[in-house]
Amino acid sequence: MRSRSAIPLLLLPLASCKGQGLLDPQGPIAKAEALLLWDATAIMLTVIVPVIAATLGFALWFRSGNARAKRRPDFIYSGAVEMVVWSIPILIIGFLGGIAWIGSHELDPAKPIPAEAAPIEVEVVSLDWKWLFIYPREGVATVNELVVPAGMPVKMRLTSQGVMNSLLVPQLGSQIYTMSGMATALNLKADRPGSYAGFSAQFSGDGFSDMRFNLRAVPPAEYSRWIAQARVGGRKLDPTAYATLAKPGKAEAGMYAWVAPGLFDTIIANSSKGSMPPMSPHDPEDHHAR
Amino acid sequence: MLGRLSWDSIPWSEPIPLITAAVVGMVIGAVLLLVLVKGWMPYLWRDWITSTDHKRIGILYCGLALVMLVRGFADAIMMRAQLALASGGAQGYLPPDHYNQIFSAHGTIMIFFVAMPFVVGLMNFVVPLQLGARDVAFPVLNAVSFWLTAAGVLLINASLVIGEFARTGWLAYPPLSETQFSPGVGVDYYLWSLQISGVGTLLSGINLVTTILKLRAPGMSYSRMPVFCWTALASNLLIVAAFPVLTATFTMLLLDRYCGFHFFTTDGGGNAMMYINLIWIWGHPEVYILILPAFGVFSEVIATFSGKPLFGYRSMVAATMAICVLSFMVWLHHFFTMGANADVNGFFGVMTMIIAVPTGVKVFNWLFTMYGGTVRFTVPMLWSIGFIVTFVLGGATGVLLAIPPVDFVLHNSLFLIAHFHNTAIGGVLFGLMAGYTYWFPKAFGFRLHEGLGKAVFWCWLIGFYLAFMPLYALGLMGATRRMQHYDDASWQPLMFAAFLGAMMILVGIVLTAVQLYVSIRQRAQRRDLTGDPWGGRTLEWSTPSPPPAWNFAVPPQVSGLDAYWRMKKRSREEVSMTSMTEARPFHMPKPNDTGFFLAFFAVVTGFSLIWHIWWLVGCGVIACVSVGLRQAWRTETEVEIGPDVVAAFQAGREVSA
Repeated sequence: MRSRSAIPLLLLPLASCKGQGLLDPQGPIAKAEALLLWDATAIMLTVIVPVIAATLGFALWFRSGNARAKRRPDFIYSGAVEMVVWSIPILIIGFLGGIAWIGSHELDPAKPIPAEAAPIEVEVVSLDWKWLFIYPREGVATVNELVVPAGMPVKMRLTSQGVMNSLLVPQLGSQIYTMSGMATALNLKADRPGSYAGFSAQFSGDGFSDMRFNLRAVPPAEYSRWIAQARVGGRKLDPTAYATLAKPGKAEAGMYAWVAPGLFDTIIANSSKGSMPPMSPHDPEDHHAR
Repeated sequence: MLGRLSWDSIPWSEPIPLITAAVVGMVIGAVLLLVLVKGWMPYLWRDWITSTDHKRIGILYCGLALVMLVRGFADAIMMRAQLALASGGAQGYLPPDHYNQIFSAHGTIMIFFVAMPFVVGLMNFVVPLQLGARDVAFPVLNAVSFWLTAAGVLLINASLVIGEFARTGWLAYPPLSETQFSPGVGVDYYLWSLQISGVGTLLSGINLVTTILKLRAPGMSYSRMPVFCWTALASNLLIVAAFPVLTATFTMLLLDRYCGFHFFTTDGGGNAMMYINLIWIWGHPEVYILILPAFGVFSEVIATFSGKPLFGYRSMVAATMAICVLSFMVWLHHFFTMGANADVNGFFGVMTMIIAVPTGVKVFNWLFTMYGGTVRFTVPMLWSIGFIVTFVLGGATGVLLAIPPVDFVLHNSLFLIAHFHNTAIGGVLFGLMAGYTYWFPKAFGFRLHEGLGKAVFWCWLIGFYLAFMPLYALGLMGATRRMQHYDDASWQPLMFAAFLGAMMILVGIVLTAVQLYVSIRQRAQRRDLTGDPWGGRTLEWSTPSPPPAWNFAVPPQVSGLDAYWRMKKRSREEVSMTSMTEARPFHMPKPNDTGFFLAFFAVVTGFSLIWHIWWLVGCGVIACVSVGLRQAWRTETEVEIGPDVVAAFQAGREVSA
């Protein structure tokens, strides 16, 4: 993929930096999306480059000082030219439109990723301004760190406590909004062990820039060990602990050894009734302090 | 007594807004003093503030836009400086609560108070002249529209020093913009300034649609209408269709905030997704409201400076109207990542791409207009060529983002920011600068300085590429928008390059002011005595520069496309002789102060609503209604222009020549 990063526009800045984000995709979704990006770019460049060349070429050749240019002041309509100028965009867009239609179905964030093993299930809650990851089957939870087994698909359900956010790990691909009172779905997979930056891609208030997390993909065996260790710790995520966590503010990465069963669905159900642990009101005097 | 307003509403501890306000206050004070001392006030009041002349109002709109460009750009350069600094662990010099206001204000101001008034101003000035009309359909309403826009500008600038501005981004998505998460006055400033100016924009749209449909010169059928008028028609139809949606959406959010409703709240059955759908049902047509008139400017400029009629006029018109209709069918591409199913995302992705077809056709037609022509590299032509090159890149990245799976990973990234600045600067702004330079001599009777104009162009062109190409790269590398600081230190060189680009654009803006100053100083030698400085093709160039208040003493007879070009071919003398002899008395609207007073009381009402000063709200509303009633009871609204007045104008021109 690195060799193809010479394709997109303005490549000088790209040459200087290491592969990151979509330039260095690390999962099947991100790889497919990057491929679509480069393919579509290449297809469009076949038209764009000639158009830019013709613009500059026509303008310079037909400059008023050029005695060799043949002036055709009455060339204002040509059926053949009209035919061509409508056909070229229609063909290109027809082709790219097909790609877009197929791509939206193939890469639908809600679509499970085919794999031999059953996916890991994670429930994600965006809070002001931190991420809570609940592992419902394992009964543990983490804050601002998501540990998954490499090579296995991860199936996420997402919601938000309060304002809207969007969960994105660029090297793995698709993002999805998290919205209060409803659940969205996202399926991702990391091909190799590694540490991948994740964050909110939807502005959510003063702590937004620090709303980051680390997605750590580890070998499956290590993942099992990690789950076992996680269960040992003493912190419990019960409604009281959740209310504390939900208070606006930044958070360090952390872990909970136990999670109240059904917490995710409770959060969705309660927030639409408006009876969630109330967000501490952002009052105007307090704004600057935060 | 003063609602929520108190001494503490002024941000005494923040030097940036205070110093800015002090400087701006001193400049305004100095200008006012100069006006009073020199005794210019009666002239300003009669000929500008209460003017109902579409040309004067158009100029006022453009002037307002240029002033606000400076404000919006100040925000931009502060953001770029912040991001050039706030790398690794550094926090830069702007804390989040201030930084968030700045990017919200930048977007709001650039779209609503720079691009919109500039576009509306150009249409106001040019459309009646191109149609061969004496004014717009409703001249008093036109003044009302302008002054309501100015009222919005005043309110949004007041937020700089009295209270705060929204910290929600330029579209104020709920639930973040609901009282629960944004209890301050910032969102209320946002909502009321846009509600008031939005009414002005809607009225202006109705006015121009009526003008184009009803006031064309005899013989000007739709198929003989200049392309700029077609694009203006499409743009104003979109205004009429889309702005009520914006007003209704904001009204719902206001009801949530002021009356405890639950349209978009997280509780009580509210649904924020509804707001996001509605705001983009306005928001995407808005993009075309801005770009279509810019396409019109390029069509006029490229035809004029290639010395040829526009290639494929009918295709151009068809493409314009196709874009007008299609623009209402693509709004969902602004939030593919909301979790709609694949069919919905696929449909909106394909619809979005289809818009690229008519747009592509336009680009090809501009190319073939130059083909076989005699191209003069004047300043407006440079902007046009720079536009084609830049805009095809922006269009291509737009098509990339229209592919839903690509958008899933690039949505809200700096790639998106680079894309829409690529079209907004490379398309809209370049078009506005081309139009500004092209029609300036018509408006003021002298040309702008050519060399400085070229310098401005190159500063913007190079500055744009330097500022936004790094953002494309950063977006691909995983940088998202609205970050106040970032961890990855390897992004900093690109952020710094973007800052340098912004500095380059700053030089361009300063040179624009210098160009204006130098041109005014040298106006005697830059005077345009012919009324047709560029070898124009459409009717506005058949009038003197600047045109008389009535534009055309006799409505011109139109017998085909490029009406003035045909007249020139026949004989210029013949035409002007007939206009003199056939002049019959006609009526023109008198100056009218309704717009000014209505806007004044709208500001009072808006300000008191923002601060919950309810008694003053009542007074403001009553005053607005009274101003309206006073206008309704006016009987003498027009003045007769006889042949003697027209003859005196002609004689005056000959003397000064």
